[in-house]
Amino acid sequence: MILLDRVSKIYNRKSTAIERINLHIEPKEFVIVVGQSGAGKTTLLRLLTREEKPTSGKIVVGGIDYDKLKDKDIPLLRRKIGVVFQDFKLLPNRTVFENVAFALEIVGIGNKEIQNTVPRVLEIVNLKNKAGNMPYELSGGERQRVAIARAIVRQPKILIADEPTGNLDPKYAWDVIKVLEKINRYGTTVLLTTHNQEIVNKLKRRVVVIENGKIISDRSNASYRL
Amino acid sequence: MKKFWITFNRVIKTGFINFFRNLSLALPAIAVMTVTLFISLFLFIANVTFSNTINQINNKINITIYLADSITNRQLTNFEQQLKGLTNVKSVDYVSKDEALAIYKSENAGNQNLLNAVDETGNPLPASLNISPYDINKIQDIKNFINQKQYKSFQDAQLGTSYSGDRKQAIDRIAKATTVMREAGVVGIVIFALVSALIIFNTLRMAIFNRKDEITIMRLLGAKPWYIRGPFVVEACIYGFISALVSIGVIKIMFSIFSSSLEASSLGLLDIGYATKYFNNNFWLLVGIQLLLGLSLGALFSIIATARYLKLRTSK
Repeated sequence: MILLDRVSKIYNRKSTAIERINLHIEPKEFVIVVGQSGAGKTTLLRLLTREEKPTSGKIVVGGIDYDKLKDKDIPLLRRKIGVVFQDFKLLPNRTVFENVAFALEIVGIGNKEIQNTVPRVLEIVNLKNKAGNMPYELSGGERQRVAIARAIVRQPKILIADEPTGNLDPKYAWDVIKVLEKINRYGTTVLLTTHNQEIVNKLKRRVVVIENGKIISDRSNASYRL
Repeated sequence: MKKFWITFNRVIKTGFINFFRNLSLALPAIAVMTVTLFISLFLFIANVTFSNTINQINNKINITIYLADSITNRQLTNFEQQLKGLTNVKSVDYVSKDEALAIYKSENAGNQNLLNAVDETGNPLPASLNISPYDINKIQDIKNFINQKQYKSFQDAQLGTSYSGDRKQAIDRIAKATTVMREAGVVGIVIFALVSALIIFNTLRMAIFNRKDEITIMRLLGAKPWYIRGPFVVEACIYGFISALVSIGVIKIMFSIFSSSLEASSLGLLDIGYATKYFNNNFWLLVGIQLLLGLSLGALFSIIATARYLKLRTSK
């Protein structure tokens, strides 16, 4: 599903974000990427969403070879990957419903289908009764669940979550993680970055540790040690 | 195709919704555009009116060639044809000796002594050709043509042409002054247009800058550039539409007040009566021009202003 082959990203001579990373993620896997701030986690995700180009190496996601991807097709790629950000990135002057619907609107899906799909997805993230609220009326955990709903409403094969619990209180953080697990059970590949030790240890999933831009450990059913 | 229309409708609809949700950002932009369109229209009408005044002055300027009594009909027709062939000659009117006498008599109807004197000497007045030029700056060309040797004998030896001496100087001064004023008007409008375009562009850019996060989010969700840009363009067009209507509305009100209180009067060189007439006669044309200007300014500037936020990748 995701394949990185000797991928490097060098910003300039002094700063190498990622160095010769090899990573292979199977469909329906739940993979946690851990590492301290500046280790290269975010760069890795930005490479996957094509916000950045690698300096060298090959990236293939969901059958799309990034070397052959044209700039004008980047929007089409991004539609196939669901992304959840640490700072939610909700549209501030749209309701919860509209935020989720937006992901469908941009791909040209009809209004009827949107009316059917959005409530179903809001139910998955336990926000059905908040559909009409504005983002500022929600707690951090609720906002992040809106963002997840928006990311999964197009039924992507891959969901990338970049420190989704980074800004949340522990009790809300766990709600968000539970939603991610639920989505993974439905068959979506989940790639989660975090540096929350408790979450990593409780999940007992495959853990990839990045340090100074290199993968220093990659084990399944692992716990977090640095 | 169906998808295209769904998207198209959404872009238009989102533009309208955003307009109402961002009224606080919209108002400054609309205000600036309204003032600009108002002043543009005002300057335009002022310029037209002013041109009209200048044309009226220019039309009063012509050259008279006084003809020798010895000129034959064939020579006269030939001379007239030659003159009409000149590029700067608008029209040539022949005034015969009898006509000249009749004009003279009617102009001096009260002065019996003069009339008697004219009758006693037979008809001393020469026939003449009145030439209206297109460009009063180039009268000298016509004069040069007339002064050629072969035409010299056609002219009254003493009187020659009216374009000489003091009269020549006065005509040249008027010509120069009107040209300068006309050019100053055009230069003024161009400078104003450039400055106001910059101001409008910056106002729109600020409005869009305030929402750059929104654009980033749409980009990350995989919206295509035109899906993101479309609503901004629609919004800016709404600004332009409103501004155009408000500006022409204000001018309409101004004219209805002016024309009733300042009926047919004029402010220096500005003939309010003519300006009002011009505005009313061309009202719908001017509405159309204002709308076109407002809409195209809005569309063009919002397309340029959104461009920098629509790059798909942040780095290579």
